[in-house]
Amino acid sequence: MSTGLVTASYIAASVLFILSLGGLSNQEKAKRAVWFGIVGMAIAVLATVASDKVSGLGWIIPMIAIGAVAGAIVAQRVEMTGMPQLVAALHCFVGLAAVFIGINSEIDPPQGLSDVEKSIHSVEVFIGVFIGAITFTGSIVAYGKLAGSIDGKALTLPGRHMINLGMLVASLILGLMFFSHVGIWTLLLMTVIAFVIGAHLVMAIGGADMPVVVSMLNSYSGWAAAATGFMLGNDLLIVTGALVGSSGAILSYIMCKAMNRNFVSVILGGFGGTSGPAMEIDGEQIAIDAGGVAVALEDADSVIIVPGYGMAVAQAQASVSELTRRLRAKGKNVRFAIHPVAGRLPGHMNVLLAEAKVPYDIVMEMDEINEDFPETDVVMVVGSNDTVNPGAQDDPNSPIAGMPVLEVWKAKQVFVSKRGSGAGYSGAENPLFFKDNTRMFYGDAKASLDALLQQIS
Amino acid sequence: MKIGAPRELFEGECRVALTPDSAVQLQKLGYDCVIESGAGVGARYSDDAYREAGVEVVADAAAFYAATDIIARVRAPSLDEVAAMPEGKKLISFLAPAQEPELLEALKSKNTSAIAMEMVPRISRAQKMDALSSMANIAGYRSVIEAGNNFGRFFTGQITAAGKVPPAKVLVIGAGVAGLAAIGTAQSLGAIVRAFDVRPEVAEQIESMGASFVYLDFTEDGAGDGGYAAPSSPEFREKQLECFREQAKEVDIVITTALIPGRDAPKLWLEDMVLSMKPGSVVVDLAAERGGNCDLTVMDEIVESANGVRIIGYTDFPSRMATQASNLYSTNIRHMMTDLTPEKDGQPMWNMEDDVIRTATVTHEGEVTFPPPPLKVAAQAKPAAKTVEKTPEEIKAEEVAAMKKAGQQQTALLVGGGLLMLLIGAYAPASFMQHFIVFVLACFIGFQVIWNVSHALHTPLMAVTNAISGIVILGALLQVGSSSGLVTFLAAISVLIASINIVGGFMVTRRMLAMFQKS
Repeated sequence: MSTGLVTASYIAASVLFILSLGGLSNQEKAKRAVWFGIVGMAIAVLATVASDKVSGLGWIIPMIAIGAVAGAIVAQRVEMTGMPQLVAALHCFVGLAAVFIGINSEIDPPQGLSDVEKSIHSVEVFIGVFIGAITFTGSIVAYGKLAGSIDGKALTLPGRHMINLGMLVASLILGLMFFSHVGIWTLLLMTVIAFVIGAHLVMAIGGADMPVVVSMLNSYSGWAAAATGFMLGNDLLIVTGALVGSSGAILSYIMCKAMNRNFVSVILGGFGGTSGPAMEIDGEQIAIDAGGVAVALEDADSVIIVPGYGMAVAQAQASVSELTRRLRAKGKNVRFAIHPVAGRLPGHMNVLLAEAKVPYDIVMEMDEINEDFPETDVVMVVGSNDTVNPGAQDDPNSPIAGMPVLEVWKAKQVFVSKRGSGAGYSGAENPLFFKDNTRMFYGDAKASLDALLQQIS
Repeated sequence: MKIGAPRELFEGECRVALTPDSAVQLQKLGYDCVIESGAGVGARYSDDAYREAGVEVVADAAAFYAATDIIARVRAPSLDEVAAMPEGKKLISFLAPAQEPELLEALKSKNTSAIAMEMVPRISRAQKMDALSSMANIAGYRSVIEAGNNFGRFFTGQITAAGKVPPAKVLVIGAGVAGLAAIGTAQSLGAIVRAFDVRPEVAEQIESMGASFVYLDFTEDGAGDGGYAAPSSPEFREKQLECFREQAKEVDIVITTALIPGRDAPKLWLEDMVLSMKPGSVVVDLAAERGGNCDLTVMDEIVESANGVRIIGYTDFPSRMATQASNLYSTNIRHMMTDLTPEKDGQPMWNMEDDVIRTATVTHEGEVTFPPPPLKVAAQAKPAAKTVEKTPEEIKAEEVAAMKKAGQQQTALLVGGGLLMLLIGAYAPASFMQHFIVFVLACFIGFQVIWNVSHALHTPLMAVTNAISGIVILGALLQVGSSSGLVTFLAAISVLIASINIVGGFMVTRRMLAMFQKS
């Protein structure tokens, strides 16, 4: 295939990718949008393979085949609650591929470059490998944390900012040495250091900030692809990388804003220091059993369910869905309120509820539904904690002060399904649990809801 | 200790202060329950039903008073009954302490500790024992039913083959508990409901029940202590009557519920208003027991005016629904006992420090403790002072300032970005700049496109961007054919893992999106 045709295919692929992302503006269009992406990817790969620059089909075809089968198997098998881990794991592949391609490009550089172009190429290789390496280990650690095989708490080494800074400076020095052609070992050493930086960065970020980390890694994987595009002079890679990179950046920004956190302080890890003791909470947590909750639900006309990470952990989404179906069959107005950072991934709750066949038009965002709480009879909080903490508004010393929260306590009655009386991920006590109109429905979310379902026909 | 309810001797009283259900609950508090034979018959609870609930049934009043320590009643005992009561008993009942000082003296002389249920303060904590409200609720409902019984038309408007039926117009005066219950009932029967109250702040409650509030153009806040209305000034009254005269010509059913505790009912529906109503209209006077809100009301009777308007003066609405009323009242009593028995050991503790118990107790330890001291807690929080609203000019000025600031920031960014571009352009070769243009434009497109992605689709967005970031496969494809074995090997691995990414990412996205369903 001639270079002209290949470029034309790349243009088509770029347009299709943009349409694919743009199509995600609503649920119905989105189903079509994925096909744009798939077709775009197929065109890009086929055009590249057919171009006269590519040889070695003997390697390419089996590798793609094996990769495709492996990807398909993973995609079929993954539980919807395991989605955060899967996304993190997939990011690490992009990172690793970028590292390999960068190193390859150094070993076997493109021919016919001028001197200036050669040094620019070195810079591109260096940046590409650096970002790719951080993405690789960062994603592996994020995967471990999300899958629970690494402790989810933030690891705060003493002087961790100095460690990061030191490694960054070391990488920079290695980079300067690399640009003056000291040898490929500088690149490889820098790769190792970048591996450590990536792992250390993510280790220092706690569980509640995981949505930001995942979207940040998403962004990095895009920038890594763009850097690869620069080093190979391939515009399609640049366009796609930039799209993905900016998408991840925006998601990170949205997540940070939803938590009232500064992006830099999230990335650097740990929670910002609080300025004083937390507000004293008086009152007691009053427990209630399934019978009591059932009676209140039977009497209520309007119900809002607030799901959180606890629902995902207990796999209670099917029970929540069944409860919703039965209450709606009785003519009650049942809706869901989703906080932007509920769960461990942007939009995590929406996916889980969709899996359990909760219709998406009763699932509302925080801004859409926050004003409706005062007119609501019953709010069921299923495994949320920090996102419904009134302390964020009332207590300037709370670790989550200023974070926008769902104002569930304004409803007439609140039931909180919760495993025990512990604090949320931020470690903040939740005054909601002590309010007069709150009743605690202790127990594993799924077991509690199943007990509740037996009382509601 | 033993708690029990005697047969109510007041004529026509069908309610009972202890039901089999409440007895079960009281037993959980550690009490034994006693009932006088036949006490529950009016409320359709047989002696056997009580026996099944573990209640001891005694034959007559004498045996009852001998067996019981705590006497729960609906109506206040007559002086004869008090005389027959042994000394040192405890009594929970409606007692009307303000009207019946002799009764209090008699109870005191018997060394009785007595709680008057109507004295339970109207604070949030005590709502569960507020028997006046639970009875008023029934009275409100029943008043509409009685009105319907005496009214010759439908409540709801209908257009039928046999002609058009206009909806009934109902005016409710006084939006207390009974008034609101009446509004709700009349509304659900399909009538057009209007309501009047001297307290302007109840307009919201009235409207929440679906009725329209009859506004009076007069500034006087009629809210008094304890959630009741206060007596109004003569000017206000004149204005009010004028308003009612207007209404009288239009409405079919009037339900009056205006009462301030301890006073005679104010006359609000005067004779001339009744005479200006249409024949067949109905007036239900819920204040009949205290003289009535209507001039023509005769207590406990239905009278018909010269122009054919029926005026219902029943005073026993709750008793007319004895089962329902007994259930609610006995629950109120049970809650009172719960507060009196914090240890759940069947021994009442008369904690006179407790606001609710102190206020409701009228005789205790040989003393008359009525009237009670004023409450420490306000019945209802005063509405918070309104925050100063911004004028449109201020809002506009703020918007302009915000715009200006955003504009300045944008300009600064553009200038900074432009300088950076110039710097790069000065050194980088043309081939790099071409790619750079593509890169910058793609970033902009990305930003524009992604802002429109709906929040619910953020996870699919991550999955799909993940899949297309697998585009790095192109780089690996170009390198596979390299002469260096190592390069080929690394490139092949890259092809492998990038394909996992692409296929996995797209398939997962499709799986997720397929799950989103509209209801």
